[in-house]
Parts: sequence; C-alpha cells; structure tokens
Amino acid sequence: MSWIEFIQNNQALMIECLIRHIELVVIAVGTGMVVSIPMGIFLSRHRKLANPVLTATGMIQTIPGLVMLGFALILFGIGVLPALVVLSLYALLPILRNTYTGITEVDKNIIEAARGIGMTNRQTLFKVELPLALSSIISGIRISTVYIVSWATLAGLIGAGGLGDLIWTGLATYNSVYILAGAIPSAILAFIFSGLIGMIQSVFTPRGLRGLRYDI
Amino acid sequence: MIRFENVTKSYGKNVILRNLNFTINPGEFVVLIGPSGCGKTTTLKTINRLIEPDGGKIFIDEKDITKENPVELRRTIGYVIQQIGLFPNMTVEENIAIVPKLLKYPKEKWQGVVKELLELVGMPYEQNAHKYPSELSGGQQQRIGVLRALAASPPIVLMDEPFGALDPITRDTLQDEVRRIQKKLKKTIVFVTHDMDEALKMADVIVFMDSGKILQMASPEEMLRNPADPLIAEFMGKHMSNANMIFTAADFMKTRVTKVSRTTLTLQSIELMRNREVNSLLVINDDDTYFGSVSIEKLRSQGKPGKEIGDMVSDEAPVVNVKDDARETFDKLMTSPTGYVVVLNDDATVAGLITKTSMTKAMGEALWGEMSS
Repeated sequence: MSWIEFIQNNQALMIECLIRHIELVVIAVGTGMVVSIPMGIFLSRHRKLANPVLTATGMIQTIPGLVMLGFALILFGIGVLPALVVLSLYALLPILRNTYTGITEVDKNIIEAARGIGMTNRQTLFKVELPLALSSIISGIRISTVYIVSWATLAGLIGAGGLGDLIWTGLATYNSVYILAGAIPSAILAFIFSGLIGMIQSVFTPRGLRGLRYDI
Repeated sequence: MIRFENVTKSYGKNVILRNLNFTINPGEFVVLIGPSGCGKTTTLKTINRLIEPDGGKIFIDEKDITKENPVELRRTIGYVIQQIGLFPNMTVEENIAIVPKLLKYPKEKWQGVVKELLELVGMPYEQNAHKYPSELSGGQQQRIGVLRALAASPPIVLMDEPFGALDPITRDTLQDEVRRIQKKLKKTIVFVTHDMDEALKMADVIVFMDSGKILQMASPEEMLRNPADPLIAEFMGKHMSNANMIFTAADFMKTRVTKVSRTTLTLQSIELMRNREVNSLLVINDDDTYFGSVSIEKLRSQGKPGKEIGDMVSDEAPVVNVKDDARETFDKLMTSPTGYVVVLNDDATVAGLITKTSMTKAMGEALWGEMSS
C-alpha cells in the first residue's frame, strides 16, 4: 500500500490531522506575532536592550525541540497547550529580529525628514517606519511559519495531534507509509504557507518600494 | 524674523556652537557656509528644534521657540534635507500633502495645494502626482522635496545642503528655481552649503562660520570685497580675482628703482646706470619729490661732462598715483613712450615704477594665487 492510497483510504483521519496541524501553526505564529511585533517596536525605541533580548530569544532557538517539549510536558501536562507554548516560543525569534532590523534599517534621513516636517513619534512609526519595515516583518513571519510547520510535527509526541501523530505512529511501528503520509503533506503545507505569505507580502509592498526591498 | 541670542551647544568636550548672536530678517535668503564641522548644520537644526541648544535662546518673531511644542513648531517651518528624504512608500502627491494632512486641511484644499505647487516647478499634476519617488530622477525628487517643505505655506524654510548630491546642471536649474520661488512667495530661507559658488549665487546674506563661531555675516558683494578672515578669502578662492576685486597701481609696481638728485652730473649718472644695469633714471628734487626721468639715449645725445642731469629730464613718462586703478595704469603703460609708468605717493615722492616686466610678474602671481587656492 502506497502512502497515496493510505491517504485516499483514510481521508477523515487525514483531514483531522491536517486541520489540527494548521491550527497549531496559525495559533503559534499568531501568538509569536502578537508578542514579537510590539516587542520589536519597543526594542527599536530602546536599542540598548535589543542585544540582550535578541540573544536571549536566540538561545531559546538553540534548545532542542524535544527538550523543550519535555519541559512543557512537565509544566503543562499532555495536550495542545504545552505544544502551543513551545511552538510560540520558537516562532518569536524570526519575527522579533525582522521587526527590529526592519525598523532600525529604515534610512535615518527619512526618519529625520519625518521629524523635521513635524510628525509625532507615533506618526513617524505608523506612517513611515512600519510601512517601510513591513516587508521585512512579513519575511520574518514567513520564516517562522515554515519553521513551525515542521516543528509542529513534534507536537504529536505530547498528544497535541496534527500530522506529527502519523509520523510518530509510523516511527513506532516501523511503517514508512504512515511516516510519508505525515511528512509529505507537512512539506506541502510549508510550501503553500510560504507561497501565500509571499503573495501577501507583494500585495502589501507599495509600488514605490518594489525593487528596493528591505528584506533580510 | 529669526534671532539667535548667545546660543551654545556642546557634545561632551566638543564645542559645536560658541555663543552665536545674529538676526535673520523676514524674506531674506541666508546662506550658512563654512568648512565641515563648523556648526552650520547644527545651527540650522536648532531653528526647528531637531537639536536643542545647551544655552542661549532662539526667537522666531520675538517668540522663544523653547516655549512652543516642537511638533507644532516644525509644522510651521519647511525642511529640506540633502538625502531628499521623500517617503518611498508614498506617492508624489502624498509626500507633498503630508504636512497639510497633519494640519488637517480638508481634501479639496490640500489637493489644490499639490496641483499649484507641481505647476510651480513645471511638473504637471496628471503625469506626476501618482508616481512614487523611485520613479523620478534625482532632480525631480529634490523638486518634490522642496515642494513638500512649501506645502503648508511656512514663512520660514530650512534647507540643509539640498542640492549637494545632484549633478551640476540639475543643481544649477534647481538653484534658479528655488531663488525664483523664494522671491515669488517671499519666504525666509536658511540654507546650508559648503559650496561658495552656490552661496554667492543664492544668498542675500552669507553667514560664514568656523569652529562654532560666525567669522563674518555680510552680503556676497561685501564678503568678496572685504573678507574678514583669511579662511574666508581662501574659501572664495577663484572669485577673489574677478571684477569684484580692485587692484591698484601699487600691486603691480616694483619698488627697487634708481633715483638720483637733479644736481647729479652726466658722467656720474652714466656710471650709476651702468652699475645698476638700468636704462633710465628717476630724477628727484631735494625734498624727494618727483622731478622727471632721463633715458640713457638722452644722456648720450645731450649730456656733457659737468652738465647737471636736471637740465635733461623729460616729462614724457606717464605718472600715476599708488592708489590709481590698475586697469587705467595698464592702459597708460601700453601707450607710454618710455615703456614704463612712474608711480607716486600722495606727497609726490616716488613709490615705484611699473614696467611691462613688473606688470607681467604681478599678474603671474595673481594667476598663480588663483590656481593654488
């Protein structure tokens, strides 16, 4: 039985796993955005803090996923919650870093012009800095999303469901059909997410900025 | 009117502005100039409070600007920077309309302003308003930068080396346009540059700064004629030797001349001329005043042993005063039958002699001076 047949024969299971997977990704990345974007803006206003905070966030990234899941399991028990906590932590760094660098790399002459013509700090942020950093921020979200689609397969280990369930079942039973039925949709999902976010990015990039992207 | 009163500014031990006192009158085009680090840009930015002085006060129309909200203040002062600083995420129209929008103009009003201003620089609204800055040439971008500064009709516009990054032809055109607009709209413009050509072309008043002090504040003509400091003269370099500068006869004369008393005898005089290798003598009275000149030919044809030189002098050599205009002297030299011009002091004593050689030498020095500056 090939993995394609397996998928055809187990459509209900597949859809359930896929939806759970997407839920995990969307909630984790969403949480990451809600925390990271304001934090990135805050750091761009308090640049002395930026280095320690970015380093600390970077260290989270270096802790192996299994260890993190283990801790989350101990703290929050089994299920969706510990998985979301861990995935959200992993989603932080790329968005945070891209928000911070996106804002700090806006041409300082443009910022000076904004202040010089009488924009308040808030107006400078919303009318100038964020629009110019937007492309970089969306790039960060895109990187996070692709990461999290793949990290989310680990969530199956602590009973959070998703495509990881299939992979771990396959590994436990030495069954490559299960592994592929989890891994291949997960790879395709990452691809689709990345493409969708890329489209959003180009829609949000004004004509004047195309060709001079503030990408990382 | 903008008035600086004892304005100082330091960064740590680095003193940027030392006790600045000056006044800019309404409608004046004032250019701040000086070597890098002289404080000209800092001075400019204290006017819209992008930089706060450590001491002293700045008044605009007799109101102390520190008493005003900096954001409100800046909306009443136009600001143009060298790197243009247009917002790349906004169209030409949005860029120009930004201050009117901050000031909550109704839409019809700011759109009218945009149309009017684009008209002013010959960039029709329909073709240009919806372009982005990246779709314009450098010159067009800076035009929009200037228009953005003018959009809310501020009485004062600050410009920080606005044309520094443009090619010479575009810069020239923009200088003309800004000057025309300034005259037409009667703006007070404070303009920073390090380019003396630009300053001389644009300014009503030039403020020359060095090490945080004003070395001279004067009209371009006055500064060319009487630079208050060698540094200013050096900055003006090639402009110094043009028609604005007045040379006098004294600048071209040689002072080592052979003078003899009118009672000197013929053989004595011939001996003297042989020793000094000259072919004419200047003859003076007993009180040192000029009497006339004698050439070697005349001595040979009329001189006799024992005859006084005073009896042979001619007055054919042209005479000028040390303060006479060099051009006049030059004309006299060219038509002089003796090939030289005698230069006298005010008390009629001999100051020197201008020959074609001394003239050439002095002009060479003037040219050399220009080339080295």
